[in-house]
Amino acid sequence: MPSILTPDLGLLFWMFLAFMTVFLLLWKYGFPVILQMVEKRQNYIDESLQKAHEANEKLMAVQQECDKMMQSTREKQAALLKEAKATHDAIVNQARQKAADEAAIIIADAKAQIEAERQNALRSIRGTVAELSVQISEKILRQKLESDAAQQQYIQRLLDDVAVK
Amino acid sequence: MNRLSLFIVSTVVALFSFLPQTAVASESDEPGIDVKEIVLGHMSDAYSWHIVTWNGHHVSIPLPVIVKGEHSGWHVFMSSRLDHGHSHEGFFIDETQNGKIYERLDDGTIVRPLDLSITKDVLQIWIVVGLMLWLFIGAARWYRRHDVTRQAPGGMVGLIEMFVMMIYDDLIRPSVGERKARFFAPYLLCAFFFIFITNLLGLIPIFPGGANVTGNITITFFLAMFTMLAVNIFGNKEYWKEIFWPEVPTWLKAPIPIMPVIEFFGVFTKPFALMVRLFANIMAGHAIILSITCVIFITCQIGVAVGASISIVSFVMMIFMNALEFLVAFIQAYVFTMLSAVFIGLAQPEHHAHKA
Repeated sequence: MPSILTPDLGLLFWMFLAFMTVFLLLWKYGFPVILQMVEKRQNYIDESLQKAHEANEKLMAVQQECDKMMQSTREKQAALLKEAKATHDAIVNQARQKAADEAAIIIADAKAQIEAERQNALRSIRGTVAELSVQISEKILRQKLESDAAQQQYIQRLLDDVAVK
Repeated sequence: MNRLSLFIVSTVVALFSFLPQTAVASESDEPGIDVKEIVLGHMSDAYSWHIVTWNGHHVSIPLPVIVKGEHSGWHVFMSSRLDHGHSHEGFFIDETQNGKIYERLDDGTIVRPLDLSITKDVLQIWIVVGLMLWLFIGAARWYRRHDVTRQAPGGMVGLIEMFVMMIYDDLIRPSVGERKARFFAPYLLCAFFFIFITNLLGLIPIFPGGANVTGNITITFFLAMFTMLAVNIFGNKEYWKEIFWPEVPTWLKAPIPIMPVIEFFGVFTKPFALMVRLFANIMAGHAIILSITCVIFITCQIGVAVGASISIVSFVMMIFMNALEFLVAFIQAYVFTMLSAVFIGLAQPEHHAHKA
């Protein structure tokens, strides 16, 4: 039988020694350390993924809230704009009304003044006309009438007729 | 790119595998080549590490011989003292008895002494042990010195982690079961990497590789024994009950215990299968590569033309076989570990779900 088929005591002895050496050393210092550390890292990665997932969910919630806030803000903005426009219109209308009123008062005043002025003018014209008439009549009547009083009376009567006309 | 590099690697491997066998060629200038002798010689354990034979001179690394004589106690000397059939202190290498060391006593009787020599295989085993300690304790040290939550290893440590976790996650955990995986992982990982690294070094034709360690029945016997002990020592009550009182009709176990006997045989056939499987696969791989190499020298003796043409075929075959053996190196280590893990897992049965 070839030697590879016949168990050899010396080889078995050394194999036992060598394998036990490597087995015990790696049992103590080798494989458990590697397995433990890889497991630790695996747990860390799982945990991190979980955390990332949670953070993502939170972010989504925040995003939604943000959107909601934006929406309500827009609505408020629209309402405010509408209100502002109404106020604006009211103010303008009021101002217009006030201006119209004021203008009416001014016009009325002006009319009254004009009327007064006219009366004044009429009155002064009347006086002037009377004086002129007297002077003219005097000049005319000086020649014809002796009596001043009769003359004055007569002219006054004529003048009244004219004024009534 | 990958295929190219694989081709280059396998070519280099094949080219290297020429070296020691070229030596064989010059050795056998005498008529006829004893293929069986060459193949078995290269696969067998030896007292010195043969590297090359140049012009009839053997270039080899002498290794220490440690023997305990029948009456003379322990002897330690280098194997070079026994070269060329020389005898040292009554010890000599008997080529007719597989090249083992024998002692010639004063009265002329020849006995086999207690032989604990550091042979080629023993040295190869220690090289593998050194390599494993360096690789794995080095990797473990990396983990101790770094914060694993901050960085993952790269380079060599990353490669080791990949291998370790592949075996642990894909093989040990499903086979042994989550509960006990951690406990058995060191042995199973140790067995896997021991076999894998030994197989790989066995494919390198020159020192520090080339010894046919896992193709030696002693080594596979030891590994199978270790698995058998792990299975049976840590087997629980359920496991032993299934062996001696399995769940079969009563007439199968009493009064003639047919099933218990069969089950009890299983305790020994399982590790036996492990032992033979690994041994036969690796031995066959080495034998085929060596035989194909021998074809070159046989055909060269017939004629130059025949020799040259067959050599090319043989060379291509060798590249193919080396690539195949590279695969086998991994597969056999994987299979051994997987079967060990499965046997260990079977010895830890939980109360079956279907019983409840």
